[in-house]
Amino acid sequence: MGNEEAVFYSRVLTELTLSFHIIYATIGVGVPLMIMIAQWVGIRKNDEHYILLARRWARGFVITVAVGVVTGTAIGMQLSLLWPNFMELAGNVIALPLFLETFAFFFEAIFLGIYLYTWDRFENQKKHLLLLIPVAIGASASAVFITIVNAFMNAPQGFDVLNGELVNINPLLAMFNPAMPTKVAHVVVTAYMTAAFVLAAIAAFRLLKGSNHIYHKKALFLTMKVGLVFSIAAAIIGDFSGKYLAEYQPEKLAAAEWHFETEENAPLILYGVLDNGEVKYAIKIPFALSILAHFNPTAEVIGLDQFPEDEIPPLYIHYLFDIMVTIGVWMTLLSLVYWLGVQMRWKMVQSKLFRWLIVLGGPLSILAIEAGWWLAEVGRQPWILRGLMRVEDAATTSGHVDTMLILFSGLYLVLGVGSIVVLTRMFRRNPVEQELEDRHATKGADIS
Amino acid sequence: MTLEIIGVTVLWTFLFGYLIVASIDFGAGFFNAYSLLTGRQHILTNVIQRYLSPVWEVTNVFLVFFFVGIIGFFPKTAFYYGTTLLVPASIAIILLAIRGSYYAFETYGSRGHKGYSFMYGLAGLFIPAALSIVLTISEGGFIEMVDGSPSLDYYALFTSPLTWAIVVLSLSAVLYISAVFLTWYANRAGDLEATNLMRKYALIWALPTIITAAGIMVELRTHNQAHYNNMMDIWWAFGLSFLLYLGTVWLLVKRRSYGLSFGLLVGQFFVAFFAYGFAHRPYLLYPYLTIYDSFTNEAMAIALIIAFIAGLALLIPSLYLLLRLFLFNKDYVRGKKDNHA
Ligand code: HDD
Ligand code: HEM
Ligand code: HEM
Repeated sequence: MGNEEAVFYSRVLTELTLSFHIIYATIGVGVPLMIMIAQWVGIRKNDEHYILLARRWARGFVITVAVGVVTGTAIGMQLSLLWPNFMELAGNVIALPLFLETFAFFFEAIFLGIYLYTWDRFENQKKHLLLLIPVAIGASASAVFITIVNAFMNAPQGFDVLNGELVNINPLLAMFNPAMPTKVAHVVVTAYMTAAFVLAAIAAFRLLKGSNHIYHKKALFLTMKVGLVFSIAAAIIGDFSGKYLAEYQPEKLAAAEWHFETEENAPLILYGVLDNGEVKYAIKIPFALSILAHFNPTAEVIGLDQFPEDEIPPLYIHYLFDIMVTIGVWMTLLSLVYWLGVQMRWKMVQSKLFRWLIVLGGPLSILAIEAGWWLAEVGRQPWILRGLMRVEDAATTSGHVDTMLILFSGLYLVLGVGSIVVLTRMFRRNPVEQELEDRHATKGADIS
Repeated sequence: MTLEIIGVTVLWTFLFGYLIVASIDFGAGFFNAYSLLTGRQHILTNVIQRYLSPVWEVTNVFLVFFFVGIIGFFPKTAFYYGTTLLVPASIAIILLAIRGSYYAFETYGSRGHKGYSFMYGLAGLFIPAALSIVLTISEGGFIEMVDGSPSLDYYALFTSPLTWAIVVLSLSAVLYISAVFLTWYANRAGDLEATNLMRKYALIWALPTIITAAGIMVELRTHNQAHYNNMMDIWWAFGLSFLLYLGTVWLLVKRRSYGLSFGLLVGQFFVAFFAYGFAHRPYLLYPYLTIYDSFTNEAMAIALIIAFIAGLALLIPSLYLLLRLFLFNKDYVRGKKDNHA
């Protein structure tokens, strides 16, 4: 296998592993927070329903964590196996957050083990809740640290290259690079948002499938409320991400926006298709791109004309950007209407159609996560370290990557199908109504 | 102590931690699968569910810590080992994934799916075999430089007696360590039947372990003279390790103090593992890579060491809490309490 092939297959394998890992990782970051909120509400209101909610979520969480951990281990090793040259450089400059991440994993893993196996072991419920805090902190911290590494790939700093040698290395400067604040914040917030909407989708699905138990209504209301808050936060931080791009990675923004000429008063292009370099059927919002990039409707936005041909990322990332933003706006509206509807007792939000829309929101949020990452990663092309190292110079020279790709595809298939089968079976065999009865959990008020 | 030595000691220590906890885990899986065949699985399934399920994720992090840490402290290893280990490491990852998902899927899903239990048990044997290849490669002689990039000579690797000696040692050590631990654990749980069964396994695997360990010495003498001579310089350490081994076996034979017996076993492996590592210095990969020429820059090394100390301060109390709740808590071990979510 020539090296071009090795590069190609290394890319595909990385894309596959990360795209699979990110589903479970996002749930792994967001769900502990949701469990914490539910258990806390339950303790405060002395409402068994919320406690049981926390408990059942925790059970499902075990499955997703397991897949998150094994796929994370895979990508962690694959980085060195597939991109040895990159990792050698990264090891010198950005190893600190990677190393810190392992402590976050330890912390999360230890307390998750304890939390799961100590239900009802304490007299005081609050003590048990305390054990969850390190889990939530550990999960979010792993997202923070790994995203810092990714931010570094987009805006490398904290070292100088002198005659091909790395000098003046400053690990902290490398960590606190310009891409880091918006990237970390956006990733963490969208993980919370996605977890909330995925759990909302499950509750809505149970309600549609004939269970009219107040338990599901409480779950739905809680998750939609939390989802609303975080989807607004996601949009605001997403806007700041755009401003970061305009300043530090203008080629990514320009490619995502099909912004070919550098100009002032730049319009934002939504949707549309590209036909021989012509944008067709698009919606043009005047001045909006200048606002997104610089807070100023007349500001100049750098276009693709400023970059050499071979440094322009693939233009299809425009579609990814559209998908992400559309889903973000849509979910904000949907959860806002739901929240208002519950306050105002609108019949509409109890309707079948509306509930199906909520069910759809779960997969859509995950789709937004995927689209966002593909936008960010493909938008960095052709660089693996922007401005410093190209992807083709980073890859392994080993000749067996294609075989490994087949093996891993099989593995992810088994894990994906396995986790879905186990999760559905687990909850179907042990319905809420049954469990509530077993626990004599009759105390619990109406939604408030 | 130089920064290089501190770095490699930290990594070696965590690798030792992984060796012990993962061996317990892998071996238990194998014994479980084996007892399924012989129709005695209820004996072990309990122990696996009680002790291993809460801690498997922690076990996994020991490994992650090692391979992330080694890139941090010795970035050049990414180039040499990363390029050459693609196949064995990928296989190990896939097997690890099968095992990891077993705990979660099995605890909640289709309890007692036999095929999965067998895969789980077998995976536990193949993983140490795949991972131990790294130790073999590090002895040198299997990697050549082709056009400036390293490539692994599979033919030489798989026809070398050294490779097979190390593979066999890793397998019998896994089963031995695991059996001694499970004897102790079953005894604490007051499960006489399981204790006797595991004690029998421990005694069976004690002999092959020590014989293959000695066999590796002999192999190294021809394969890597320098390493062999270094080991002979500290022969007393290996002697001490052997005495600890005799202690473990004696206690097992006498059916006495299983806890102490496990302690001696950890001591035996600790001494041998560190003596082996000490003699391996300064090479990470004969003859290409030493801890000195592959070391990271000073700023990163200091940052990593500070992070490590801070991390330990967080980790040690948490690990203590975990062990207290699941290993040293009598009610839990005996299965009197089930507080699972
Ligand atoms: C539920 C998921 C989700 C939603 C609704 C949004 N995003 Fe997003 N976005 C992500 C999930 C995401 C992400 C997966 O978290 C990314 C990928 C890499 C990253 O840093 O975050 C991302 C990246 C990302 C980037 C690229 C950053 C970079 O490459 O450095 C920009 C400019 C935006 N987002 C902007 C937005 C805007 C203006 C949104 C308005 C609603 C929005 N995002 C909603
Ligand atoms: C610290 C975090 C990350 C690192 C170090 C990293 C590293 C890499 C590397 C080495 C490549 C291959 C080179 C390339 O083709 O661009 C890559 C590409 C890619 N990564 Fe990331 N990645 C990170 C986070 C993520 C995450 C979380 C995702 C989520 C899905 C992701 C998705 C992708 C995709 C889709 C590509 C393919 C781009 C393409 O080549 O077309 N990355 N990344
Ligand atoms: C190149 C990118 C990535 C690498 C190398 C990586 C590495 C890993 C590793 C090694 C694990 C297993 C840890 C264990 O044994 O407990 C893991 C799990 C995890 N990862 Fe990733 N990861 C990457 C991307 C991400 C991203 C972008 C996020 C968050 C948005 C994330 C969040 C998590 C979480 C929360 C876990 C814990 C398991 C869970 O709770 O589901 N990872 N990751």
